[in-house]
Amino acid sequence: MANSLLKPKTAFGDHAPRTVDVGPIRIMERFDVALASLATRRGREKAVAKAAKSAKLPLPEPACAIANAGYSAFWLSPQQWMVEAPYASHEDIAAVLKTIFADAASITEQTDAWVRLDISADDLPSLFERLCNVDLRTAPVGHAVRTVIEHMGCYLIKRQESLVTLYGPRSMAASLLHVLEVTAHSIK
Amino acid sequence: MSQSHRIPGGQIDRSKTLQFTFDGRSYMGHPGDTLASALLANGVRLMGRSFKYHRPRGPLSAGSEEPNALVELRTGARLEPNTRATVAELFDGLQANSQNRWPSLAFDMMSVNDRLSSFFAAGFYYKTFMWPAAFWEKVYEPIIRRAAGLGSMSRLEDPDSYDKGFLHCDVLIIGAGPAGLMAALTAGRAGVRIILADEDFRMGGRLNAETYDVGGMQGAAWAEAAVAELSSLPNVRLLPRTTIVAALDHGIYSAVERVSDHLAEPLLGKPRQTLWRIYSRHAILAAGATERPIAFENNDRPGIMLAGSLRSYANRWAVAVGDRVAVFTNNDDGLRTALDLQAKGIDVVALIDSREGRALLPGIRHLRGAKIVDTKGRLGLSSIDICNANGKTESINVSALGVSGGWNPNLNIASHHRSKPLWHEAIAAFVPGEGGPVNLVAAGAASGAFSTHAALQTGQSQALHVLSALGIAAKSSDLPEAEDAPISIKPLWHVGSGKGRAWIDPQNDVTVKDVKLAHQENFTSVEHLKRYTTLGMATDQGKTGNVIGLAIMAELTGRSIPETGTTVYRPPYTPVAMGTLAGRSRGKEFKPFRLTPSHQWATEQGAVFVEVGMWLRTQWLPRAGETHWRQSVDREVLATRKSVGICDVTTLGKIDIQGTDAGAFLDKVYANTFSTLAIGKCRYGLMLREDGIVFDDGTTARMGEHEYVMTTTTANAVTVFRHLEFMRQCLYPDLDVQLISTTEAWAQYSVAGPNARKLLQKLVDQDISDAAFPYMGAGNITVCGGLRARLFRISFSGELAYEIAVPTRYGDALIRHLVDAGKEFDAVVYGTETLGVMRIEKGHVAGNELNGQSTALNMGLGKMVSKKKDAIGMVLSQREGMNDSKGYRLVGVKPIDKSQPLNAGSHFLELGAAPIAENDGGWLTSMVYSPHLECHIALGYLKAGDQKIGQRMRAVNFLNNTDVEVEIVSPHFFDPEGERLRG
Repeated sequence: MANSLLKPKTAFGDHAPRTVDVGPIRIMERFDVALASLATRRGREKAVAKAAKSAKLPLPEPACAIANAGYSAFWLSPQQWMVEAPYASHEDIAAVLKTIFADAASITEQTDAWVRLDISADDLPSLFERLCNVDLRTAPVGHAVRTVIEHMGCYLIKRQESLVTLYGPRSMAASLLHVLEVTAHSIK
Repeated sequence: MSQSHRIPGGQIDRSKTLQFTFDGRSYMGHPGDTLASALLANGVRLMGRSFKYHRPRGPLSAGSEEPNALVELRTGARLEPNTRATVAELFDGLQANSQNRWPSLAFDMMSVNDRLSSFFAAGFYYKTFMWPAAFWEKVYEPIIRRAAGLGSMSRLEDPDSYDKGFLHCDVLIIGAGPAGLMAALTAGRAGVRIILADEDFRMGGRLNAETYDVGGMQGAAWAEAAVAELSSLPNVRLLPRTTIVAALDHGIYSAVERVSDHLAEPLLGKPRQTLWRIYSRHAILAAGATERPIAFENNDRPGIMLAGSLRSYANRWAVAVGDRVAVFTNNDDGLRTALDLQAKGIDVVALIDSREGRALLPGIRHLRGAKIVDTKGRLGLSSIDICNANGKTESINVSALGVSGGWNPNLNIASHHRSKPLWHEAIAAFVPGEGGPVNLVAAGAASGAFSTHAALQTGQSQALHVLSALGIAAKSSDLPEAEDAPISIKPLWHVGSGKGRAWIDPQNDVTVKDVKLAHQENFTSVEHLKRYTTLGMATDQGKTGNVIGLAIMAELTGRSIPETGTTVYRPPYTPVAMGTLAGRSRGKEFKPFRLTPSHQWATEQGAVFVEVGMWLRTQWLPRAGETHWRQSVDREVLATRKSVGICDVTTLGKIDIQGTDAGAFLDKVYANTFSTLAIGKCRYGLMLREDGIVFDDGTTARMGEHEYVMTTTTANAVTVFRHLEFMRQCLYPDLDVQLISTTEAWAQYSVAGPNARKLLQKLVDQDISDAAFPYMGAGNITVCGGLRARLFRISFSGELAYEIAVPTRYGDALIRHLVDAGKEFDAVVYGTETLGVMRIEKGHVAGNELNGQSTALNMGLGKMVSKKKDAIGMVLSQREGMNDSKGYRLVGVKPIDKSQPLNAGSHFLELGAAPIAENDGGWLTSMVYSPHLECHIALGYLKAGDQKIGQRMRAVNFLNNTDVEVEIVSPHFFDPEGERLRG
């Protein structure tokens, strides 16, 4: 919730999210998404699936992401997902999810653990083949994978052919943006 | 200068002229030229000096195997030494200079070495610089180092950038000659993803250098059409100017793409080169073959080159290297050179064929059963001496000589996993053996299939084989018609008895005589031969010389060539610039940085930062007038102990541990018990490795029935998480535990000092009095009117202290708010130095004590290892040797004379004991100046230290030359009863 004494800042130390254009490539910071990890407790798979279904919260298969109108999610590891929701309505996302899943799942707030960058361009494979070991040319839309970019562990989600979301470690936001910009310059 | 040696034809663009300089002289060339072809077109044969003897040298080859024509390319910061002129693509304005000569290439003073050659035979250094031994380091080695090397370095920072990347394909085809192109066409038409890489800027391989037809058209034209078709296929990626330099594991290959080397400088923002890591399901090695020379006396003069290269210069680059040319061969391919040159109108004065009984080549003086025995010419070839079949010798004036000793398949990539090549008698060469990289097959000349038809045929059949393995049924199509001449070779490795000097490795000045010397001195294994003579070292890695060297060794030892074997083929295939390997990791971007939530504020305050792992942490915050870091740190320590200090501790690892078995899991993780911890409380935990050594420490708080938050040290945040995952997945898969890191999700600050509570209470919405939030309390709170936060009452400083955490986006606001709210208490913000002073004053262990060698008992924490439960490391921590009552114990150390500084790393000695290893009592692990005690203090590991409290000892440091008398004290220098932190 908004606080009159404390003003939030983005991972880049700004009050508003940053957008960088390098030729046809747009790198847009997203500061309006709340994140929480959702991990099924032992033997509670059915309960989690049922609760998720009623909340219209997707639980995608391995290496997949699904975006629904309210909740989106991408796969992290067996029976573990990262849930995305609008920050405005889900600032305390962990508390909201706990009401949905009760004791069937372990929920942990992850919103500020990550910097989210949405990268759009017609030819994203040419950019990402210089960044990480993800074969974006053959990856289907909805592909979600953990990868490493210049030593930084990131989640990469192919939203559309021309739109990729990167979640990178928040503390490394400046380094991540730097490598994206430099690489974008080399192919623009 | 006119291009005096340019002849009609070739694959150069004569509509454009390029200007370039070599050793300051200006020349002309055309697009399509290499530096070597352009210099030869201008009549320049002399391009370098040899490594050891400073012999005049010209190009031996027309490709990446070149050992001689090494130049310094470009100037200033872009200067690149040891560049092969034969692969340097010509561009307008190119500047090249010869190297390893003084004062000039034509007149090199160092060529006196050539006169002294008998002193410089193989093993010269090893034998000569043995005595006196003391001279080696100070005298001999510096002199040898100065004399060694070819080119010079600019010593300026490389202005270019380099990229790295990852490519994926079904089939990687290495080499775009007839075999590679045919394989690519076959697989490409079948629709699989292909990468076709070739080191040349013009794809086609030998087809560009030959005159024969393929499919009814000129070979080069067929190649051009094939490349055009391939480039139209969306599933095919062509990578010209790209060398596959290494076969790595699991179908991964390393490739260097020379993106901008053919330009004066890279286009803005573009890399000079890109290092690709190619992930392939299958690979076809179609890298062709490299011709090898025959060794004879003085076979290294400029103008003497491989016969196939002489042909390449004439056919592809329209260059007649000489006006009177001879060819010396032991195989039919040499005849082709003679015919091609003759067809170009070049005067082929003799074809010296070492074989007897061959059919005479019409129109050419074909000397069968003859050999070249010597040559003449000071800076370039002027004549050759021939010994005819009848034993008579004659001398013929020539300006160029082509030599062909046969062709070696380029099997390097197939042998990068140590696969032993096989000897193929019919072609007198090694071919790829069994056990090479998985799913790599060879085709064309690389597999020993030397005719054009055989190249096309094997290219197609290997592609079909790969397609079948990929589950694609494709049929062979009609191959384009091409020559299919049989291979005819009679091996000849060297001529003569070896009394004179006959070069086999011109780059390293290794001669037949050197191989004989190696044999004489029993360095008969090929690996010893290489090290003893330097055969096959440096930029060319013996591509032209190795097989000759080992063949001669085989001859000397009476073993066969396959018995003699080859040295190990190692990556890279051709030299790779260090900048290419570094990629984008250079300067301050060498690695990523992690910035703390208070970084922006701290930067504004002029904080000094220190790298802790990848984090940049505030080390101290100087204030106006402070000129020495100790002034800042002393002030921060005193102010914190007097009132309150704030420190960013976000970097400590935070791991969220949930699940119905979370408590039981923690009991396994930690040496002490956590399942009994009350909700809303924290406990200090000690984590052991399996071997009983302390792994990490930190506090863990119980936030709910099945919910814990663990903190780790900054350094071990990742390794502890990995350890926990291993335990969860592998050791205790039946426990219901879920883990996730939350290190970055929360901005966490330590607020410590007598006024810590007063300061925090100004922000925290709930009551945090001692009664409401006692020592070691933990809980979810809100701050500043409702922002969710976490509070832990824990202390590393020994003061009344809390750690407060808010969502990271509020971290910047919180530090500013704390500083503002703290003004009334004279609050300070402190860095890692002050943190260190206060933890040592309090006797807390940190990185220097958690050194991977110490047990809980060593640290004085032996009682924390619970015997009531099983935990990682518990059993092995009970080993006798680790429980020796005379073992190391953590102690405090104070100098007797308070004015004397201590040095960390000093060793304990009993008073009067000799400073020898047997008397070593232990060492000082951490040292600081304590402004509170007004002297230096230290922690240390001392043998039986717990029994020596109050004793006087010496702290001796040979590195700093200090010897200080000290008192052994309790490690708890400050508030040993802990009254302040419970206040």
